[in-house]
Amino acid sequence: MIWLTWRQFRAQALVAVGALAAFAAALAVTGPRLAHSYSTGLAGCTTLGDCSRFTQRFFADHQPLFLALSSVVLFLPALIGLFWGAPLVSRELEAGTHRLAWTQTVTRTRWLAVKLTLVGLAAMALAGLTTLAVSWWASPLDRISGGRIPRLTPPLFETRGIVPIGYAAFAFALGVTVGILLRRTVAAMAVALVAFIAVQIAVPLWVREHLMPPTHAITAVTADNIDGFELHQDSLVVSVDAPDPQGWLLSNRTIDAAGNVVASLPAEVAAACVPSPPTAQEITERKEAPGVKQQCFAAISRLGYRQDVVYQPGSRFWPLQWIETGLFGAVALALTAVCFRRIRRVS
Amino acid sequence: MTAVLRTHELGKRYRQRWALTDCTLDIPAGRVVGLVGRNGAGKTTLLNMAVGQLEPTTGTIEVLGGRPASGAAQLAKVGYVAQDTPTYSGLSVAEHLRLGARLNPAWDDTLAQDRVGRLGLDPTQRAGKLSGGQRAQLALTLGIAKRPQLLVLDEPVAALDPIARREFLQALMEAAAEQELSVLLSSHLVADLERVCDYLIVIDAARVRVAGEIEDLLASHHRLTGPRRDLDTLPADQHVVTASHTDRQTTLVIRTNSTIHDPAWTVSELDLEDLVLAYMSSQGTTDRNHSPRPSLAVQR
Repeated sequence: MIWLTWRQFRAQALVAVGALAAFAAALAVTGPRLAHSYSTGLAGCTTLGDCSRFTQRFFADHQPLFLALSSVVLFLPALIGLFWGAPLVSRELEAGTHRLAWTQTVTRTRWLAVKLTLVGLAAMALAGLTTLAVSWWASPLDRISGGRIPRLTPPLFETRGIVPIGYAAFAFALGVTVGILLRRTVAAMAVALVAFIAVQIAVPLWVREHLMPPTHAITAVTADNIDGFELHQDSLVVSVDAPDPQGWLLSNRTIDAAGNVVASLPAEVAAACVPSPPTAQEITERKEAPGVKQQCFAAISRLGYRQDVVYQPGSRFWPLQWIETGLFGAVALALTAVCFRRIRRVS
Repeated sequence: MTAVLRTHELGKRYRQRWALTDCTLDIPAGRVVGLVGRNGAGKTTLLNMAVGQLEPTTGTIEVLGGRPASGAAQLAKVGYVAQDTPTYSGLSVAEHLRLGARLNPAWDDTLAQDRVGRLGLDPTQRAGKLSGGQRAQLALTLGIAKRPQLLVLDEPVAALDPIARREFLQALMEAAAEQELSVLLSSHLVADLERVCDYLIVIDAARVRVAGEIEDLLASHHRLTGPRRDLDTLPADQHVVTASHTDRQTTLVIRTNSTIHDPAWTVSELDLEDLVLAYMSSQGTTDRNHSPRPSLAVQR
């Protein structure tokens, strides 16, 4: 059974191994160069005393490649579900070869178990290795991207650590399950892709933040933590940075002296913070804007307005990674159970 | 000797439609059993239940004393050549044999290699590039070299040209004789079965019409022609299969084990095709769309 599984999976496996090898080779060539230019640049600027300009430029220079590589990790599980998962059983059902396979001296339960185990493990290994390679390549950029893109925020969270392995297991199991239910390869590929993308959108938006109870912080609005102002007619909406720069900001609300949430600050504050209201309905004023700060923050604190910030601290990167991987692993196992139940009724 | 196939009130329903109902059979070992019926009569359903590809809705089925596909031991006892003789189009002939060897502990590799050699199949050829006849032979090789006690074949020759058809059936007969196999094969053509079978099951409109040794069936069925008469006047041991009347004449196909004494009848014998057609055109077919085959037997 192992031989047959390997024989049928061989072509797909070789394509994947070839692609992974080419990808790893490209990373191996460019990676050390990247690390080298980072360390020499860093050494150069340290002697001058200020590295913020160097890191900013270094990151900006490599950002397109950084994002492209990260998106490889992001889309790999979908490809696995599409090309390894969906056809695994549906292809046999379409060609009628299941009647050949299931009447040899091997029960269909064992047939499925061997296939799921071998190809499933290959899927997880492929996702793990790719993530490892990309993380290794991007490590200098990850180090300096902290302030810009904390690794806890989507979509960077999905492309680092161990969650890609969980996604791969889930995408594979999803593809196989849909393939058994629909019995048509192309239809199964389409449905599995849509379902997987829906999950990949839904989890960061609505699920991940609840995996661990988020942290609340009530802070004053100061020149140090101000993120930005937004002017709506003559009232002002304010947002601040999370107390933890590596954290993942979930909500940013203004509360008044009594602790009630307010949608925006009154015109009085707006006048102090934005001295000459622009004619446009809405503008964004960045904190680089000079001059107005003192009276602005003074007005906010005099009226008792503070920011209620909800966030996941950056230290929760690994706990959240483990929880989410476990979650996807559990769903993958549940889908596998569905496969075993359904396959007994397939004819 | 245990029965090769024993069913009791077996039935299978797909949503609203019964594909097979009230099927009770008891087939002894060592026979070559022909299962004949129109397309969609329920042949594939019965065979799929016999090899455990399909679960019955009602009733019980026992193959060689065990529940079909209940485990590896049961699977080893039954070989199956499915409809359209499926093979893996991307795998070569040699790889198919390797598949058989890997998945079947009782695999007879000498037999398999021998057969492939005799058939002149190129071991490196992909199954997808074989002709229909070669593919059927490859599927048959897989079924035989597994060394089952019962080999089930679902319309194995339906897609083959007359020469490939004859070669296939001949190969099947040789294997059955050499290995003392029981064989259960279906066809919608009586001519295919006549040559090779010694036991017959006629199935129509989801029901088994008749089943038995072909010799017995032929000996116990007669066509009676005579002046028009009422069927109620027949002796109790004469079971009417079909009846047709003209103004002056009555023609019957009857089943009986005793001799026919009534001098009013002209008695003639039936061949296998007549017998099958008589059963297929008897009761229960009125609510179905008739296949292109007309009910010839009663109008001659």
